[in-house]
Amino acid sequence: MSGIGIILANAAGASESLSASSPALMFVAAVTVFTLATFIGFEVITKVPPTLHTPLMSGSNAISGITIIGAILVAGMKLKWYTSVFGVIAIGFAMINVVGGFLVTHRMLGMFKRKG
Amino acid sequence: MSPAISSTAYLVSSVLFILALKRLSHPRTAVRGNLMGALGMLLAIVVTVKIAIDRPDISGSGYWLIGIGLAIGSIAGAIAAIKVPMTGMPQMVGLLNGFGGGASLLVAAAELVTKTHEEGWSAQSDISFFIGATFVAGLIGAVTFFGSLVAAGKLQELKWVPNGNIIPAQQLVNGLLFALCLGGAAWATYNPAMQWLFWPVVILASVLGVFVTCPIGGADMPVVICLLNSYSGMAASATGFVTKNDGLIIAGSLVGSSGIILCQIMCKAMNRSLTNVLFGKLGTTTGGASSDDVYKGKVKSAGPDELGMLFDTARRVVIVPGYGLAVSQAQHAVRELANALEAKGVEVEYGIHPVAGRMPGHMNVLLAEANIPYEKVREMDDINPSFAQTDVAIVIGANDVVNPLARTDPKSPIAGMPILDVDKARTVIVVKRSLSPGFAGIPNPLFAADNTLMYFGDGKKAILDLVAAIKAG
Repeated sequence: MSGIGIILANAAGASESLSASSPALMFVAAVTVFTLATFIGFEVITKVPPTLHTPLMSGSNAISGITIIGAILVAGMKLKWYTSVFGVIAIGFAMINVVGGFLVTHRMLGMFKRKG
Repeated sequence: MSPAISSTAYLVSSVLFILALKRLSHPRTAVRGNLMGALGMLLAIVVTVKIAIDRPDISGSGYWLIGIGLAIGSIAGAIAAIKVPMTGMPQMVGLLNGFGGGASLLVAAAELVTKTHEEGWSAQSDISFFIGATFVAGLIGAVTFFGSLVAAGKLQELKWVPNGNIIPAQQLVNGLLFALCLGGAAWATYNPAMQWLFWPVVILASVLGVFVTCPIGGADMPVVICLLNSYSGMAASATGFVTKNDGLIIAGSLVGSSGIILCQIMCKAMNRSLTNVLFGKLGTTTGGASSDDVYKGKVKSAGPDELGMLFDTARRVVIVPGYGLAVSQAQHAVRELANALEAKGVEVEYGIHPVAGRMPGHMNVLLAEANIPYEKVREMDDINPSFAQTDVAIVIGANDVVNPLARTDPKSPIAGMPILDVDKARTVIVVKRSLSPGFAGIPNPLFAADNTLMYFGDGKKAILDLVAAIKAG
């Protein structure tokens, strides 16, 4: 559940209590997390020097493989055969992102050397 | 596992991702940063697998399906990461963008099927929120997947990937497709019974992804790759809205903002707006000088022996690589050239234009691969003031990014684009196959300048010949 977001939304003055999860509050909570994380992303990424922009892209590719969380939960479910198929393909795609992304980033970063 | 524990674990993962990106601010800390990111991902995966197998409704084949997916993806990812040459990084990143988008699309689809099989689903209080998020995830995911496949195919220079517009009035059709997608999403959000519109919307979005990416040409590729990178993050974020998972929302929005920032940097370096890159064409040359006027009788070319002698008196040399360096795989030859010059006591530095190559930072990675220390590889704004004190500037396979017309001719299609001021160096050597124009399609007066010597040939071979001449001289 969108726990952090609900706490933040409350701190920001949303009227419902913590236990309440009206759809509107849930939406606001999710948007709260999204907005704050986007700001953090902007702050952190503007400090990445151009030299490392390619590793930044491959590394962020790996991070966007986080969809694997959703994929694993879907693949394990017993419902329709095709949801399982979607789930397995999604795990495969996301895992290519995760393993391929982090590994190729590691390979690249290892090449950046100082003088001497 | 209780939701409190799993939520905490996802929070820890998110923090590790943020720290990973923060540590990318310096090459010294970046390696450990990347490992922290990988650790965060491992934590998220382990926790999620535990949740999945603890659920009472897991099917017997569920274990197998999860295991098979993880194994195949890991092996394929590892092979790709180990095998890909550094010159192929743009294609690799392009494909990874696509897989991220595709995964998000499939998760959204499966979640939609699951939800609509629940008893009384259409009366649930959060159904509009759910349907809206699902459609957005499907829409962005499909555009990202198919757009990235086209982009990767173009970067790999596959001949069958169409260039240019596929159908007449494509801009109009694209606009229509996008409007239909949004309309479908809005309708289903308003009336959950219309949830079957998901697949029609996904199909239209897939066509849109192909149509939007096809007309975009080579030098604009860095922008498109950044944009698709951003989309793959936004698709993950939208999936987080679908599954109500903060970890997904946070990680996805980090990637989303990363891609957008890179996109802005690329557009600024070309002095063009994002809309212009995506929907416009580079202004056609109106009344500009033809290549005959610019080049006729003025271009001086030289061979390796003659050029080698230039370095006898040189104290400072700046090398400016462009996409041609990647094409001819000349990075190791460049390192040899630098070694030969440094052995003679010459100071060698490298100047990189932000849009050199086919993705941001592409040249830096190639030079790093050739063991060139990153302190010597300098950004455009940093190195430009030093060209006046530079004896020889060597341009390898770059064209538009060193075209002085950007500074002097306000009517030029590249007017106002920041360039590397190599023409201010005492002597400029341009290593190029021919006088053919760059992506902007305009002649480059640099090639005909008094202080420029053209050195025609394939980048790698030309540089190696020059190295031999310097060593012999």
